Amino acid sequence: MAPIDGKYFENTSPIDASFIARIPQSNAKDIDLAVEKAWEAAATFSKTSPAERSMLMFRIADRMEENIEKLAMAETCDNGKGMRETLGADLPLVIDQFRYFGGCVRTEAGSVTNIDADTVSMEVHEPLGVVAQIIPWNFPLLMAAWKIAPALVTGNCIVMKPAEQTPASLLVLMEVIGDLLPPGVLNVVNGFGAECGKPLASHPDVKKVAFTGETSTGRLIMQYAAENIIPVTTELGGKSPNIFFESVMDEDDEFLDKAIEGLVLFALNQGQVCTCPSRALIQESIYDKFMEKCLARIEAITMGDPYELTTMMGAQASNDQHAKIMSYIDIGKQEGAELLTGGEVYENAQYPNGYYIQPTVFKGNNKMRIFQEEIFGPVLAVTTFKDEDEALEIANDTQFGLGSGVWSRDMHQVHKMSSGIQAGRVWVNCYHVYPAGASFGGYKNSGIGRENHAMMLNGYRHTKNVLISYNKNKLGFF
Amino acid sequence: MPVERVSVTEAAAEVIDRLRSEHGELMFHLSGGCCDGSSPMCYLAGEFRLGGRDLYLGDIHGCGFYMHADQFEYYKNCHTIVDVVEGRGASFSLEIPLGVRFIIRSRIFTDEELADVRPVEAAS
Repeated sequence: MAPIDGKYFENTSPIDASFIARIPQSNAKDIDLAVEKAWEAAATFSKTSPAERSMLMFRIADRMEENIEKLAMAETCDNGKGMRETLGADLPLVIDQFRYFGGCVRTEAGSVTNIDADTVSMEVHEPLGVVAQIIPWNFPLLMAAWKIAPALVTGNCIVMKPAEQTPASLLVLMEVIGDLLPPGVLNVVNGFGAECGKPLASHPDVKKVAFTGETSTGRLIMQYAAENIIPVTTELGGKSPNIFFESVMDEDDEFLDKAIEGLVLFALNQGQVCTCPSRALIQESIYDKFMEKCLARIEAITMGDPYELTTMMGAQASNDQHAKIMSYIDIGKQEGAELLTGGEVYENAQYPNGYYIQPTVFKGNNKMRIFQEEIFGPVLAVTTFKDEDEALEIANDTQFGLGSGVWSRDMHQVHKMSSGIQAGRVWVNCYHVYPAGASFGGYKNSGIGRENHAMMLNGYRHTKNVLISYNKNKLGFF
Repeated sequence: MPVERVSVTEAAAEVIDRLRSEHGELMFHLSGGCCDGSSPMCYLAGEFRLGGRDLYLGDIHGCGFYMHADQFEYYKNCHTIVDVVEGRGASFSLEIPLGVRFIIRSRIFTDEELADVRPVEAAS
């Protein structure tokens, strides 16, 4: 649909700064219309059976699978990440998200309790109605899927606003799956935060707001939710520690190879991941040997054409993001951190106008800003520790608590660390793995609520208690 | 005069003037975390509810500049410069529809500057 006021903005590709499409610059009028249409659709959609909604999830998944290359290419073009990742990770995870929740909703059994011989208590679930979802630009399709699948499968209708840097791939997805959905069930509204995001987040007819982004907007969204007395989920980022104990070097085997890759995963998606393992903590007894191997692996990262499957790192998502990352590299140098590799813009001969940065590693200490603030770029901050206690102290010395990684061959050590780390996800001997069935969310300033896992079904439902008395006698008070 | 903790470039001051004439009085809050985190957010004055752990660092071009105490811990030794670049950030910051984005540049204070730096105040 055209925006009511007829305004559009230009969307460009970070790969080469070229024009992609004109995108609706919608405002509060469009949000009002979308919310109204979503409520009209909710009258019918909220009454559909779990079997029907489950089948809808499977049909969406199948349709996406048939169009995987088109969707992966749209995502690469809009966001700048390599096809190596969109085809190998983003899209398979998007598809699996719909299959997982399509399965979950069929296996549920309700809860009925005999309170006493004549009283039965039933816990009944009902959809919230119309929910607002505001998603980020780092995984435009995957973050959309994380929010869409659990909301739709529980019978809600959605008004979704994608980020203004990456509005196009979601519109391609809507073209691909639009005919499978009843009109008004899933509404995508594009535009800028102040003009379009705020009216959506503060809309009095929206029954929940789910947001992924940064802390100031997260706080504003909670502020608006307080005014409307509605629930929110907020996922606001992290500064995730990735901890390597000396036993990883005990053997020169597949596991050591995996651990080296585990450190280099800071460069996945150009570092633009909320759980980016952007702080590497390495036991000092193995630091020199382990880091030598890791630096060799980092220096072997190929950059170039993001559409080529051999290219390991693509473009940063926007010009301002590129400028922000470079300002942090400058801060790291000013703070006296030791630059181990990278530290410069990557000059892409094929796409000289794109936004590329070399994978960069600093050695420093955990009090530096590059260790404490989410840079959201391919910048790793490395430090060392003596023992388990010091590793835990450094790992938890952060305002965030989203992801973390522990690498060790000693399971007792692993248990001590995974219980001691204050974060919503501890990856043990792996990293950046996102199964739909594993919960995801933060401790501390990383936000409120969880995504993924069957527990999300209740994140998009009311619980209604129906309390039935089969006893004919009165209570006796009156 | 104490050494200021925050300042603004001429280009950013021009954007502030433009936004102020369009919207009214403004405020800045430094965001943290994911995506557009660590970027200064420009809101209508009073739009963002300041809390007991937000700090006032000073004014930039007539607008109060605030950040959370947890974040200030890592900014206390830095002079923060609000600049502007072309680009398209996400978030509710008011300059985004103009096709520009406020960003932070930083400079570490010298020891002499630190001895005379403006004290921070509670925001509320």
